[in-house]
Formats: sequence, structure tokens, C-alpha cells
Amino acid sequence: MTDWLHHLMILPILLPLMVGAAMIPIDERNRMAKGVMGFVSTLALFVLSMVLMRASASTEGFLAGTSVYQLGNWPAPFGIVLVLDRLSALMLCLTSGLALAAQVYSIARWHTAGHHFHSLFQLLIAGLNGAFLTGDLFNLFVFFEIMLAASYGLLLHGSGPLRVKAGLHYVAINLAASSLFLIGVSLIYGATGTLNMADLAVKLATISPENRQMVEVGAGVLGVAFLVKAGMWPLSFWLPTAYSAATPPVAAVFAVLTKVGIYVILRLSLLVFGANAGVSAGFGQTLLVVGGMLTIAFGAIGVLASQAMARLAAYSVLVSSGTLMAAIGLGHSSMIAGALFYLVSSTLTISAFFLLIELVERGRDAGADVLAVTMEAYGDADEDEEVDEAGAAIPGTMAVLGLCFCLCALLLAGLPPLSGFVAKFAILSGLFGLSGPEAAPAISAADWTYVTLLILSGLSAMIAMNRVGIRTFWASIENTVPRVFVIEIAPVVVLLGACIFLSLQAGPTMHYMQATADSLLDPSGYTQRVLRAPRAGGQ
Amino acid sequence: MEIILSAAIGVLTASGVYLLLRPRTYQVIIGLSLLSYAVNLFIFSMGRLRVNAPPILEPGGVGDLSRYTDPVPQALVLTAIVIGFAMTALFLVVLLASRGFTGTDHVDGREQRSD
Repeated sequence: MTDWLHHLMILPILLPLMVGAAMIPIDERNRMAKGVMGFVSTLALFVLSMVLMRASASTEGFLAGTSVYQLGNWPAPFGIVLVLDRLSALMLCLTSGLALAAQVYSIARWHTAGHHFHSLFQLLIAGLNGAFLTGDLFNLFVFFEIMLAASYGLLLHGSGPLRVKAGLHYVAINLAASSLFLIGVSLIYGATGTLNMADLAVKLATISPENRQMVEVGAGVLGVAFLVKAGMWPLSFWLPTAYSAATPPVAAVFAVLTKVGIYVILRLSLLVFGANAGVSAGFGQTLLVVGGMLTIAFGAIGVLASQAMARLAAYSVLVSSGTLMAAIGLGHSSMIAGALFYLVSSTLTISAFFLLIELVERGRDAGADVLAVTMEAYGDADEDEEVDEAGAAIPGTMAVLGLCFCLCALLLAGLPPLSGFVAKFAILSGLFGLSGPEAAPAISAADWTYVTLLILSGLSAMIAMNRVGIRTFWASIENTVPRVFVIEIAPVVVLLGACIFLSLQAGPTMHYMQATADSLLDPSGYTQRVLRAPRAGGQ
Repeated sequence: MEIILSAAIGVLTASGVYLLLRPRTYQVIIGLSLLSYAVNLFIFSMGRLRVNAPPILEPGGVGDLSRYTDPVPQALVLTAIVIGFAMTALFLVVLLASRGFTGTDHVDGREQRSD
């Protein structure tokens, strides 16, 4: 028995936690050493998450399917468990991929803008990975707080009035959301006497009516906390300011932060309020549909109204979140696979776009733009940094940047032939029942509204990207060509390359997503694996 | 006892939310602290209120659940207190940085014209 291989499951949390802690005593003058340590750690994580994803996709061998890691060797409802399945493996992979790109990018220049960048970065990854792996609600809270604490530090990285102001709002709203999280968790515990997600799903089927009400209230409060993270419309006004004020590598990795909220909502709504939940099945779906659609509309209007590119990207985050929320809320089981594909594709695109923006805007004069909101952030405070140690500048800068920008525009708008189009097509074909097992479900008014909004949001992204592109690349007032280094453009190219890879390998990828969706739609498989997992070393 | 506790939670929450919506950063931080006290009491009450019942087993007392109170919420409260305290300290630093940059303690970094 390859027992030690089982411990690979906890490594995505332990490795960044330890590397992040080990970096703290190292002097800031050895920033490059820290950068290399962080890079090696993130690279190892990326390889590890690939291995875990392969393992969880296989049907036999180590860590096949849904696997359970009992912390302290306590069995499930009493001890805390980590659960690795296809969905969490997918999220691990996405996170470490993005983190790798952002980290390489930061080594060129941005990690010099403040202290402890690489430590905070590793701790953020540890929190994210923990949130994806845990199978316990309170443990989820703890990992959320680790992630948020690191994200506060990272948002403030580089300092300056704009970032501090955005950070103040971001911290305040997330502290309030954490209070809601705790209220929701304790209500659920008070009603069911359990915090384990699998145990909760089982207990909800046979719960008394008055306790059921309490669980639903708890789930509602808990849901609000996640929707704040995911950026649902009335709860999302902090997001564009915070994301556009953050330094580019931080903004790039923040793109996956909203997806944590989406991940938890997807996980809990299908597990706890799935088909087996009896009366509570489908709890909160109407709210998700309405809220999701309003978020798409708000995001699309924001995209059109943005003058600065960073705000455009931040509003694209909202569009992407809204699309996913409404797709989860509509509750067609055939749409989940497409939504997962969209999640991966849109997160990669937005991250690449955040990294690209700073490169494009670097050479430009701060006063040249109509609205210099983000210019302030990128202007004076950081300009005086010496950056000539970062390596060779690339030739044909504007051509490369322009090409990357075009790819971003195609991906954000969802035009063929790239993965943005494939993702939206997969969602829509699931909606119309073109690919699912059930033949052509009835299309409701909500479905039609969703289809319309999805296509209109693509159109607004296209218009906005065209306008910004023309202003930046064709009708630029001054002719300064930014100095861009190879290690800065490489992460952008790699992220966009991943999107192209997703489009080329759309078949196998959709196959994986479909299997993931199938396992999510069958919660009893998950609950049985968690609750009946044997303890290590025999009984 | 139930009335006193629920009134305490209610008053703390109401004051916390009121202060959270005020325009001064100091009011916001006090509001957040009050809110976290309310939440801590609330978590505690979710284990049901019991008087004179320890949360850990005594020698010889195993098996008689009526003599004990639920230990889980107490552990949760402890975690929540620690995390809440750390976050408040962090917020205080951001608050001071904002005060240093903008010269005002308004949450938007500038005074409203007709306040």
C-alpha cells in the first residue's frame, strides 16, 4: 500500500505555508532569493496539483475519485477532513497556474514596491488551497481568513493613497462579511449539530421543520458572505476600485479570489441543497439567478463606462462572476460542465489582461488619458524604482503587446475561435439541451433573459476593448514605446497560451468538466466517501 | 438569562451596525469590534445555554450527557476571538496609514463639502 502518497493531499496547504513562514526572517535586501524560493515553491505546487488532478480523474490507483484526508486521524463527523475530488483538484491547478504566472511577473519589478511580497503571496496560496480542499465549514472560515489576511497585505503592497483608500474599504467590507460567515456557520451548527459538509448534507434530509428553517436562515446568511467575495451586484461596489488599485501581479491573482466564493456556492448548493435535500432542494436558486443577471448587467455597463483599462478588467471580473452565479442558479444540470469550463477560461483571460495592462500603459504619460484614476496608482510612487536588473527587453514590443491585447479582447468577448467562445457555447448548448442526456428541457423566461444578457455582455466587452485598443495602439498621442522585459511578457503569453490550449483541447477538457459535473450532481457519492473513510493504520 | 443574553447580542449588533455606517474610520473600527463581540456571544449561545455544566468530561462522569455543555461552540468562539482580534489590529494599521496619507479620518479620504 502506497500509504505515504496519501499525504500528498495536504501538501498544497503545508508547502506554501512553510515556505511563506521561512521567508519572513530573510532580509528584504535578498529579495531575489525570496523570489526564487517562492518561484520554486509555486512551481512545485503546480506540478503537484497536476499530479493530483490526474489522480482524481482516474478510476483506480492512489487518490482516485474522491479521497479523504483525516487530520489527526479522527473519522469524519468528529474530526476535520480534507477532501480532494475533481472540482477541488481543478481549482488547485487553476490557482497554482495563475500564481506561477503572477509570481514570475512580479520578480521583474513589482516585488520591489514593498516588504514581504513573496511571504504574503505564499500565504495567500496556502489559504486558497485550504479553502478548496477542506470539507468542514468552520475550517473553511479559518482558511478564508488566512487568505483574506494575506490579501489585505497584498492589496496594500506598493502603498500610496489610492491603494490605502481601496484597502480600507476592502478590509472593512470583508470584516463585516466574516461576521456574517460566523453567524451562518453557528446557526447551522445550532440546528444540525455538525459542521462537516458531508454530514450536514445527510442530516438535512431527516431534520425537523423548525430546525430546517434555522438551517435555511443560516445558509442564507452564509451565502451572503460568499456572495460578497464573489461580487454579486448590490454587494460588489468595492470590487472595481480594489482590483484596479492593486498592483498588477496582485490583481492577476485576485481574479481567482472571486472564484473562491463561486466555488463554495457551487459546492454547497449542489451538495447540501442538491437533489437529495427533500424540501430544501434548490434553496436560494432564484436569488442566484436574479442576482447573477443583475451582476452581468452591472458589469457590462461598467465595462462600457470604463475609461481606464484596469477598471475595464475589474468590471470583467464582475461579468464573469455574474455569468457563473446565474448559471448555477438556473439549475440545469447540463449547464454545470460548461460553467466550469467558463470559470477556468475567464479566470485565465482576466489574469492575463491584468498583467498586460500595466505593460501597455507603462510608457504613457499619466496626463494623457481622459480619466487618470489608475494612472495615479501607476505614476509617481513607483516610477522612481530602478529596474535595469530584470533582463533583456523584447524586440517589436508594440507588435507583441498588440497581439496579446487582441487575444484578450477575443477571449473576453467570447468570439470564435478561442476558449471564451467555446465556454459560452458550452453553457448555451447545455441550456438548450443540445448535449445533455435529457431531451430539450422547457426554456423559461429566465433562461431567455440569461441568454440575452450573456450575448450582450460579450458585445459590450467587444465595444469597450475595441475603443481602448484603438486609443492605445492606433491613435496613441505620444509615441513612447514601453520597455518590456521577457520575464514580464512571458507570463502573459503563457496564460493566453493556456487559453489557446483549452480551445484546441476543448474535447478532452469538456470531458473532464462533464465528469466533474456528474460527480457534483451525485452528492451521495461524496458523502459516503467522506463519512465511511477508514482511519489510517487500520481501525 | 435567555432574555439578558439575547438583549445583549441585539444591542451590540445594532450599535455595531450603526457605527459601521458612520463616516469616521474610528467609528467604523469600534463598530466592527462591537459586531464581533455580538457574533462571539451568538456562537456561544448556539451551543444552548447551560449553567454550572463544564464543557469537558470529569473522571467517572463519562456517558451522562446531561451533566455537560457542548464544547464545540466554545472552541469556535476561541478561534473567532483570536482571528477577530488580529483583523482588528490589522485594520487599525490601515486606518492610521489612511490618516497619514489623506490628513483626515473620513472613510473616503476627504471631507464632504456640506457636512
